[in-house]
Amino acid sequence: MSVATRFGPYGGRFVPETVIGALDELTEAYERHRDDPGFRAELAGLLDRYVGRPTPLYRARRLEAAWGVGCLLFKREDLCHTGAHKINNALGQVLLARRMGKGRIIAETGAGQHGVATATASALLGMECCVYMGRVDMARQRLNVIRMRMLGAEVRPVDSGSATLKDATSEAIRDWVTNVGTTHYVIGSAVGPAPYPEIVAELQSVIGDEARAQSLADLGRLPGTVVACVGGGSNAIGTFRAFLPDAEVDLIGVEAGGEGLTGRHGASLALGRPGVLHGSYSYLLQDPAGQVAEAHSVSAGLDYPGVGPEHSHLRDTGRVRYMNVTDAEALDAFSRCSREEGIIPALETAHALALIAREGGALSARGPVLVCLSGRGDKDVDQAAAALGIDA
Amino acid sequence: MPDGAARLERAFTAAGRPVFMPYVMGGYPDLAASVRHARILGRHAAVIELGVPFSDPLADGPTIQAAGQRALAAGTTPDDVLGVAAELRDGPPIAVMTYYNTVLARGADAFLARAADAGVAGLIIPDLPVDEAGPVRAIAHQRGVALVALAAPTTGEERLEEIGRHAEGFVYCVAVTGVTGGEVAVDDRLTGFLARARARIRVPLAVGFGVRTPEQAVAIGRHADGVVIASELIRRIDEAPDPAAADAEVAAFGAAVDRALTASA
Ligand SMILES: Cc1ncc(COP(=O)(O)O)c(C=O)c1O
Repeated sequence: MSVATRFGPYGGRFVPETVIGALDELTEAYERHRDDPGFRAELAGLLDRYVGRPTPLYRARRLEAAWGVGCLLFKREDLCHTGAHKINNALGQVLLARRMGKGRIIAETGAGQHGVATATASALLGMECCVYMGRVDMARQRLNVIRMRMLGAEVRPVDSGSATLKDATSEAIRDWVTNVGTTHYVIGSAVGPAPYPEIVAELQSVIGDEARAQSLADLGRLPGTVVACVGGGSNAIGTFRAFLPDAEVDLIGVEAGGEGLTGRHGASLALGRPGVLHGSYSYLLQDPAGQVAEAHSVSAGLDYPGVGPEHSHLRDTGRVRYMNVTDAEALDAFSRCSREEGIIPALETAHALALIAREGGALSARGPVLVCLSGRGDKDVDQAAAALGIDA
Repeated sequence: MPDGAARLERAFTAAGRPVFMPYVMGGYPDLAASVRHARILGRHAAVIELGVPFSDPLADGPTIQAAGQRALAAGTTPDDVLGVAAELRDGPPIAVMTYYNTVLARGADAFLARAADAGVAGLIIPDLPVDEAGPVRAIAHQRGVALVALAAPTTGEERLEEIGRHAEGFVYCVAVTGVTGGEVAVDDRLTGFLARARARIRVPLAVGFGVRTPEQAVAIGRHADGVVIASELIRRIDEAPDPAAADAEVAAFGAAVDRALTASA
């Protein structure tokens, strides 16, 4: 089957002509390898023994009590090797790049989890790796910068614009335009020009496929509600896809509300207008003249003015509801989850949890609430300690 | 054929030698200066490329990025730049270079109506490849503005043919595999690309990205109809101590490139 390039009116390939050939080559390689038993077996073997899949579906009973939820299930992507769902995509893409004969890998990163995952996959598969990261994010996710360097990757600081994920992505694309013959660009979320959104969604669908089967096995039923945070939207689309045909399951994506929607935020689907950034047509925070706005979130991984094109389509069709929580609500949920469950979540993930803290009682009427626990919060301890007033 | 396309084709072919297409960013270093620089360069140029500053210019290196940031910080809008085009309507034909989101935000119809009113001959959208361009091309046609296609050294034969089928005004051939502001090498790879393009594209070929010196312009001119210089002009404006010096620098550089291209013919 050919790779999807549009999701309703969204998606497409709005990039400089120089990389069109590489997108064609990637599409062709992906179509060839994704059904190839050798490729599938190699990826499945690594997901099993290296990443530690399947990840557990865990029932968070103490938070159920705290938040008035009948049944709260965590899909534990935080237990993946490197600490987040990002490794599912990075391993798949770096394996593909090796089969395409590319020796050099580049990536952008916000929270650093995708950068760490890509540096890890590159180390494992013997590839040269360069990660672009905004200077602001390098400061707030310092631990991950050190990890990438330990793994042998070069981390290149980006100072342009807001020096965050948007700018790191632009710089990675410029590198790709320049070195396209030798280099594969591992995009870290379900964004970018086709075929990336589809490739990333397929590589991440392992989350929802497992979670759906685990829910049926453990509870004998599907969850009533599935919740995930949305930056570019890779953990969310990876979780939602398996449930899209189950009309009775309510799907909720949670965007960064930042300081609140009247202040600075990252809620592209709530307040953006469709436009083109980083190669695809999708909801986008922008000014009336079409200049891309700077997003804001306490969480580096959600601090992005765009969103993946499939989410734009799911928003318009109404199949997924997109809501948002503020920085303060996310920090509160971060703290609550740490103390009640002994799980320190990533600040990105804390956004999904905060929605449950706020709406969990009502959501619970439909049945179990399943949340993608997309990553762990080790990377966030400095920033969260400062915000929460915790001393070493 | 849209009237803009005919004006551009004539501009590239009338001299019977390769011509100069300088790039001026609207609003850089300020709106009045960009009008002045374009007028000065207009004496030495066949076509002017007028850039619209954009927040996230994916095809541009640090020099044009920084110029764009400065123009945006001063509040320059796409509309202001179309206003600059209108002021320049008595000079050489204008090709406006803008990223797709600025066109989308206004609405392609409204954007092109305004561009046509301003007398713009062509529109270059570096992140709108030929296979996504259909709807904008149709609207541009109605307004008499040419939608200028880009081709790159990495463009395959089939796509070059596709680009050739839709080409109007001229085709912008990207000289390097990379972004603006680098340094071009006039080697077999570039001349081979230009020969492949020539064989499949009927309209004039303008070549840019990484061209910095009159000598490079001459070497490229042997294989093309026009040569674009952008970042180098901006660097010279950046380095000038004051506006008068910048004007003088722009005049001297424009004259030098034009003289070299004329002498080589
Ligand atoms: C743990 C975690 N969750 C979520 C995200 C947001 O990305 P996405 O929306 O692609 O899942 C990130 C991004 O850095 C992350 O590190």
